[in-house]
Amino acid sequence: MTTRTMQFKIYRYDPERDEKPYMQDISVEVNATDRKLLDALVKLKAKDDSISFRRSCREGVCGSDAVNINGRNGLACLTDLKDLKEPVVLRPLPGLPVIRDLIVDMTQFFTQYHSIKPYLINNDPPPETERLQTPEDREELNGVYECILCACCSTACPTFWWNPDKFVGPAGLLQAYRFIADTRDQAINERLDNLEDPYRLFRCHTIMNCVDVCPKGLNPTRAIGKIKDLMVSRIV
Amino acid sequence: MKITQRTFDAVIVGAGGAGLRAALQLSESGLRTAVLTKVFPTRSHTVAAQGGVAASLGNSEEDHWHWHMYDTVKGSDWLGDQDAIEFMCRKANEVVIELEHYGMPFDRTDAGKIYQRPFGGHMSNFGEKPVRRSCAAADRTGHAMLHALYQRNVRANTQFFVEWMALDLIRDAEGEVLGVTALEMETGEIVAFQAKATIFATGGAGRIYHSSTNAFINTGDGPGMAARAGIPLEDMEFWQFHPTGVAGAGVLITEGVRGEGGILRNSAGERFMERYAPNAKDLASRDVVSRAMVTEINEGRGCGPHKDFVLLDITHLDPKVIMQRLPGIREISIQFANVDPIKEPIPVVPTCHYQMGGIPTNYVAQVVAPSGGKDAIVPGFYAAGECACASVHGANRLGTNSLLDLLVFGKSAGESAAEDVKKSAKAHKPVPQEAIERTLSRLDRLETQKDGADVRETLLAMQRTMQNHCGVFRFADKLKEGVARILDVQRDAQRIGIKDKSKVFNTARAEALELDNLIEVAVATMVSAEARKESRGAHVRDDAPDTPENPNGRDDKNWLKHTLWFKDGNRLDYKPVQLNPLTVGTIELKKRAY
Repeated sequence: MTTRTMQFKIYRYDPERDEKPYMQDISVEVNATDRKLLDALVKLKAKDDSISFRRSCREGVCGSDAVNINGRNGLACLTDLKDLKEPVVLRPLPGLPVIRDLIVDMTQFFTQYHSIKPYLINNDPPPETERLQTPEDREELNGVYECILCACCSTACPTFWWNPDKFVGPAGLLQAYRFIADTRDQAINERLDNLEDPYRLFRCHTIMNCVDVCPKGLNPTRAIGKIKDLMVSRIV
Repeated sequence: MKITQRTFDAVIVGAGGAGLRAALQLSESGLRTAVLTKVFPTRSHTVAAQGGVAASLGNSEEDHWHWHMYDTVKGSDWLGDQDAIEFMCRKANEVVIELEHYGMPFDRTDAGKIYQRPFGGHMSNFGEKPVRRSCAAADRTGHAMLHALYQRNVRANTQFFVEWMALDLIRDAEGEVLGVTALEMETGEIVAFQAKATIFATGGAGRIYHSSTNAFINTGDGPGMAARAGIPLEDMEFWQFHPTGVAGAGVLITEGVRGEGGILRNSAGERFMERYAPNAKDLASRDVVSRAMVTEINEGRGCGPHKDFVLLDITHLDPKVIMQRLPGIREISIQFANVDPIKEPIPVVPTCHYQMGGIPTNYVAQVVAPSGGKDAIVPGFYAAGECACASVHGANRLGTNSLLDLLVFGKSAGESAAEDVKKSAKAHKPVPQEAIERTLSRLDRLETQKDGADVRETLLAMQRTMQNHCGVFRFADKLKEGVARILDVQRDAQRIGIKDKSKVFNTARAEALELDNLIEVAVATMVSAEARKESRGAHVRDDAPDTPENPNGRDDKNWLKHTLWFKDGNRLDYKPVQLNPLTVGTIELKKRAY
């Protein structure tokens, strides 16, 4: 089997040992069955067991292994090794506090997600069967509900870097739209009120980094645009 | 040594589908509940389920829970307990409708109802012809379900301990379960969680095999902890090999692909399932399809340069159907198999997927273990989902019954725990110091091990042993040799060492602790499989062939019983299968054919 050596530069920081972060130069042998960056990371960890990163499903649905790869956010398990320029520079997602190495503290990200009330609100007594929804109405949730909360988008957004406490961020806003767009939800006005603020929604300057990096091919900017349209149309 | 102790009414370990469903029940009943999870809840492996959740809603054609029950008993090759199976199938509509009310984005029929598709082994009218029973959100049902359950828990203000890894079950001298010890990943702190009710919802252990659809986190933590605390593991010889894992990568391709019309083909382009299951064809039960595929490959009709996979073909389907109903599959095929299934068939092989056995429970999710010659409830202990064995899947699980299992028994575990906690007026029992010491000595061993065995190499040795000695087809001599080998690996696992000794988010330590759990499951599997001298469901041996006396090699006279494996001395015991349902007649034994 053909093997080749790949060069990596990995952001390292263990607050227990290191005064400040540094970049570690390290190489690893990969073979034909190592297709994805995560395969290489697992081999790197076998070489140096202190290299720390999150991972779980290895197929792009759990959202654990988002990292900054050669300057761009993405999932290690969906990034092809053959497309990567060497040395491959790996850093933690930008803008969030680093716990250790490639592991970031996602508290701010989830606080914003929770702030949009990410659950269906419908105060009618539940019927005995399902609440009906036409296939066309259900279609509106496509491209929205598939979000895996990996945070690639929000941590690629300059507005989120400046105001992570005030701006909901693309991931949270995409989910806000997911409930606004759901015909079963009754809290559209409350949801729009929740975003009626100079920062929470309107700080989006349509830079579109979120669309560019989303590993699931989703479009938070379009969802944000739709929420803004609804804001305008309810005033008019 | 003293460690911090925190006290709750109930503690749940795991925040996948079963844990979240149980958490919801407990949060809404007002009990002080802690949910410990080693990953953020939406990272749990329920997220990877694709094809659907079974319920006889009958939205597209006539269906009945009794037919679903029949299919499940038949699918289990009669090893499933019929009381638990009836309970699950009767509850299916209720729990699926609840989920829809929570906001789950199911696909819809033209009438606006939940969309349902056919799935393997699900038939109408007691085995007559395939029926649309699988309730689906495209091919992302698990993702949609897990997020809906997490969201509902956000609404219920459930208290999560995210990235806390449970280490050991706390059990006192009377056998009562009093909580768990756990490790906070970020700080390395060890805490004892004291509770009147402890619910395990830790998922499966598919990582004992080398080729697996399972996530890295599926390391059998619940069964490992239970086994170390003296609880037996039930029916561990039964592992489901999913017919369609992407060749080489192991990533799952849902049976829903065949439900939507996909066909398996060999190197001659033949639809070979017609020979193995003339009636259900590609939608036969998973064990049947996996064996057919391996037989095709073994007889030289595999595809590719090494003739080591078969093809899953959907090129005849309307691309619109693929884009609408199977968009995730298309993504996976492009990412992991380099093919666009609209144009080319997908290379697939049977891949380890699901643990049918687990921690023994009754049909209301209370853990049961033999005591004085009969089954007795283990006070304070509950289990649900893949880590548990109710037993609804018996020797082979039907597709879409796993998501149903975690909803029904997750809810049931929450209800049972809430009821038991409210009934008991007693204060919390004291946590015995020996239980704490057991955890601390395990950690201490890792800290001080010199020239220890390498974690990854030991893991790989375990996975290869399981793969080579206990796969789709099993051989008496291979199993015997496998027992000796896995016990060797276990000896290595007891002296693994790590170089990284940091307290901060130490994933090397976490992987070493996970291996402690995996190896218990691997040994339980090999020992139980070697001992069961018949073929049943997913356990098929060369020395138990199809004979008139034992159709399909199944020996009901001697082996219609559940295996119980005890860690202590690898002892085996057996208990009868519950053949009496709750309200209907027994589904009588017969030869299984599709």
